[in-house]
Amino acid sequence: MSGTVFGLLGAALVGIGLFGMLVRAQPLMRIVCFNLLGSGVFLVFGAVARRGAGAGFAADPVPQAIILTGLVVAFAATTLAVALVLRLADDEDEAPR
Amino acid sequence: MPPPAATDWGILPLLAVMLPVLAMVLAAPLGARGAERLTLSLLLPGFVLAFGTAVAIHVSGAPVVHLLGHWSPPLGLAFRADGLAAAMLLTAAIVIAATALFARDGFGTKPGAPETRAAFAFWPLLLALWGAINLAVVANDLFTLYVALELLTFAAMPLACLEGKRETVEAALRYLMFALLGSVLYLLGVALIYGTAGTLDITLLSGRLGLDAPVIVAAALMTAGLLAKTALLPLHLWLPPAHAGAPAAASAVLSALVVKGSFVILVRLWFGVLAGAPAMGAMQILAGLGAAAILLGSAAALAQPRLKLLVAYSTVAQIGYLFLMFPLVAGMPGSEAAAKAWTGGALQAISHALAKAAMFLAVGLMAARLGHDRIADLAGAARSMPLPLLTFALAGLTLMGVPPSGGFAAKWLLLSAAIEAGQWWWALVVLGGGLLTGGYVYRVLSAGLTAGGARAPAPHPPGLPEAIALGLALLSVALGFLPLASFGLVQVGRMGLAP
Repeated sequence: MSGTVFGLLGAALVGIGLFGMLVRAQPLMRIVCFNLLGSGVFLVFGAVARRGAGAGFAADPVPQAIILTGLVVAFAATTLAVALVLRLADDEDEAPR
Repeated sequence: MPPPAATDWGILPLLAVMLPVLAMVLAAPLGARGAERLTLSLLLPGFVLAFGTAVAIHVSGAPVVHLLGHWSPPLGLAFRADGLAAAMLLTAAIVIAATALFARDGFGTKPGAPETRAAFAFWPLLLALWGAINLAVVANDLFTLYVALELLTFAAMPLACLEGKRETVEAALRYLMFALLGSVLYLLGVALIYGTAGTLDITLLSGRLGLDAPVIVAAALMTAGLLAKTALLPLHLWLPPAHAGAPAAASAVLSALVVKGSFVILVRLWFGVLAGAPAMGAMQILAGLGAAAILLGSAAALAQPRLKLLVAYSTVAQIGYLFLMFPLVAGMPGSEAAAKAWTGGALQAISHALAKAAMFLAVGLMAARLGHDRIADLAGAARSMPLPLLTFALAGLTLMGVPPSGGFAAKWLLLSAAIEAGQWWWALVVLGGGLLTGGYVYRVLSAGLTAGGARAPAPHPPGLPEAIALGLALLSVALGFLPLASFGLVQVGRMGLAP
């Protein structure tokens, strides 16, 4: 039951994030939306883990391991993107002088 | 299919991935000079590993498999190098080696000179990119492929903005956004496939998935994501500014290798994972997008005022040819035509990698000597820098598909497969694309061959960089002299469709 709820919530997050990434023009908003989208995907993985639980586990460990790896990758991607945005903002600050 | 079992020599593809990755970690504390030396010392071992993998596959006639930690899938992860993977490993080793030797001119640290920041960034990134492309072609697990995709992006994006100019940083940010959207869509597809089948090993998945709703959604999401990374036509917008703004050595690896990584994964998805779910409609759409890329990309290249942008749009067009193989391979599974289309697609990936790397290096040399890359002001280039212009022409021959060249063999195979498969319209696209390619290569050559204006720089004795670019172009032409039987290698371990 809770697996279904989390799966649907994940799908909703994916929808919001995808909409934002495609529609928003500001880089920072798109980075935030990318993180929303990523969180939605991780939630779907969580739902998959709960659904596929077997062998007496409360949840399937493989999707959980994938979530952990995915979190690290998404964090790295976010820092890279933010670094680029900061670099562009610095250039803009210097331009008028 | 049963899970893959470990074979002899499985350690070779593993080492081909590990070696550049370990070197990248070591290179960071070594500084620019040390990282340069380390990279150069690894070029030969890396090539030997790729060559050894190819020989092992060719001799045994079967893919080389390594099980990480001796855990067999679905519990463990497998590395599986088939013929296509070996061919891509070899191509990557050659292009990386040529680029590294070429880049010593721009990013090398001369004895006694201070180390620059760009040099410090370039060498570890080149190693990271090499490791990532090797991982993307040998991994046999959908999630490991996701990690490889992300590594490729994280290595390629900084290379695109190495010069730190505002427009290159903007191009890099746009590239990163496309790439992140692509990889997160791919990851969502992976989640759905895991939820359906309970495993992510490609060999295990092969033939197990039917055309259920979650599989269709997953396939659509993963395909869209991978197309964004491969820069197929409607999703190509990031490629020209990113590839044209990068330094020559970086553009060469970006155009030659990075877009091929996601293409190989797409091939594994449709012909490996989804082998049991024939989807001719989807294949025709993919090839249709490829055809649009060939025609529109070439037309856009014809209209470019700048040399680097012309070469970047030519990449958009040449990527289109790769996608023509999909309906041709799937149309008549197990037939001669399917085998031809498969070889044609692989050969197009290899010959384009060599030719485009040569072309970007040659264009970089010309732009450096002239101080600009406006095609209209190229007059006199043939006199002042004959070797780069010759390199451009030879690489152009391969891209056009003029015999004898690697590109000719690739396009001929695709063309005859299209006719044998009864899908003659793709043959027309191949021919039309060749004509348009001839058009934009001629534009550059005719501008370069006109008698020099007063501003043409004095002739310059050619050095190692010129020779390297020419060598790559000659290699891409020489592929066409090999007898076709020697490309049997790429057929080894062709998934799902083997008769």
